[in-house]
Amino acid sequence: MAFTRKTRGIYSEILSGLLETGLFKQERYIHSSQAADIEVEFPAGAALKKVINICANNYLGMSSHPEVVKAAHAGLDSHGYGMSSVRFICGTQDIHRTLEQMVTNFLGTEDTILFPSCMDANAGVFEAVLTKDDVMISDRLVHASIIDGIRLCSAMHDTFKHSDMEHLEEKLQLHNDKRLKMVITDGVFSMDGDTAKLDKMVELCEKYDALLFVDDSHSSGFIGKTGRGTHELFGVVGKIDIITTTFGKGLGGASGGCVSGRKELVEMCRQKARPYLFSNTIAPPVVAGVIKVLEILSASTDRRDKLEKNTEFWRKGLIDAGLIIKAGDTPIVPVMLFNAKLAQDVSRDLYEEGIYAIGFFFPVVPQGAARIRTQISAGHELHHLEKALNAFKKVGKKYNILGKSKQEIIEMYGM
Amino acid sequence: MQEVIKKYVIKEYVEDDTEVTNDTPLISGGIVDSFSMVSLKRFLENKYQISIPDDKATPEAFDSVNKICMLVKEYLK
Repeated sequence: MAFTRKTRGIYSEILSGLLETGLFKQERYIHSSQAADIEVEFPAGAALKKVINICANNYLGMSSHPEVVKAAHAGLDSHGYGMSSVRFICGTQDIHRTLEQMVTNFLGTEDTILFPSCMDANAGVFEAVLTKDDVMISDRLVHASIIDGIRLCSAMHDTFKHSDMEHLEEKLQLHNDKRLKMVITDGVFSMDGDTAKLDKMVELCEKYDALLFVDDSHSSGFIGKTGRGTHELFGVVGKIDIITTTFGKGLGGASGGCVSGRKELVEMCRQKARPYLFSNTIAPPVVAGVIKVLEILSASTDRRDKLEKNTEFWRKGLIDAGLIIKAGDTPIVPVMLFNAKLAQDVSRDLYEEGIYAIGFFFPVVPQGAARIRTQISAGHELHHLEKALNAFKKVGKKYNILGKSKQEIIEMYGM
Repeated sequence: MQEVIKKYVIKEYVEDDTEVTNDTPLISGGIVDSFSMVSLKRFLENKYQISIPDDKATPEAFDSVNKICMLVKEYLK
């Protein structure tokens, strides 16, 4: 017992600092299943409130899909609750390999390895396939989990300006003497909802003999005509060397992730990736659930088609209402407010109107780029989106931001 | 040399209208993150045909255009 008053004081001071600077994260307790309509306890102890959720990664509405829940129940009954082992000792079941093969087929790659999460996949993959003789060249806006993975890898690391292909080419030229070069990007960027230029990136990687890595966590299941991801959208299926993705978003929403791509790179992960080697893999009921998700999505594009229509409706509705959104066509639709306090106030007022959406501000997004990030789902019906739009209009009117330019909003509320 | 390095730093790292002088703190000022020092080091090595040891390419040594010039001159000798 060495948690002295002095030690406690150190941590109390740090936590107070987070509270004072508005960076303290508070959880909201959801008492229902994850869906478009949820019941929320917030703040802790408050009466439950029925709200429409427009900030989940539940893009395809699979989190509580009855067939998926049923399949997870069946998986629990047939394969048990857990494995009590890492994969290579006695933690691999037939369904783990079945899921790996299904993901390989779904993404159009050569092989796949499961990880406990995509965070773990990204943390382990670079170290497993690259050495100090190599270089990683990443987009400056890649996800935090990729940055952590890069930090764990001994290869040299450089960056290119967000989606700037000229800059990427300069970097490929600069590092052309390296044994291996790997270009690293998100497929869809989680904060802005924009898409990586994978067609151009494939061209550049072929020109300079570089590997291409794409984290498609915010794409898998719904981007592209049949929902395979950004590589399908850009017509480069089979040309991405490593795809990492999650089963915690469009592909079911529970947990788990994977590395999918060239069979040699996947095998390197199986031999060397530390989160694979030293952690239990995905629990059997979740594996059974993801298998069902992939069966549903492979049989029909109805869900991703509905998501596409919902997204079009939502983006047009916000623009018509006079709000500023980040351009794009993905279901991640950031409503730009620029000022951190304004973003928090709008989020609070939306909640009062029965709409659950969260404000994001520095340091999660750049200073002066505060926003409400909305995320559309195939689980939303038209009435959900209409109610949410009406709430945005009402709150927007209150703060006098409808029809206002970025400059005008900044003049009223500051950066 | 100062102008060449300053021009590179602005082109490479500055994406808004932030002013960069020869004494502007680059690393501690948040203009250049520690990851991006790699490209700066490689640029200097290629441009001036020098080799800067990794243990000399510290955030402190790269923290301003003037400090970078001093470092480069040390290896030009």
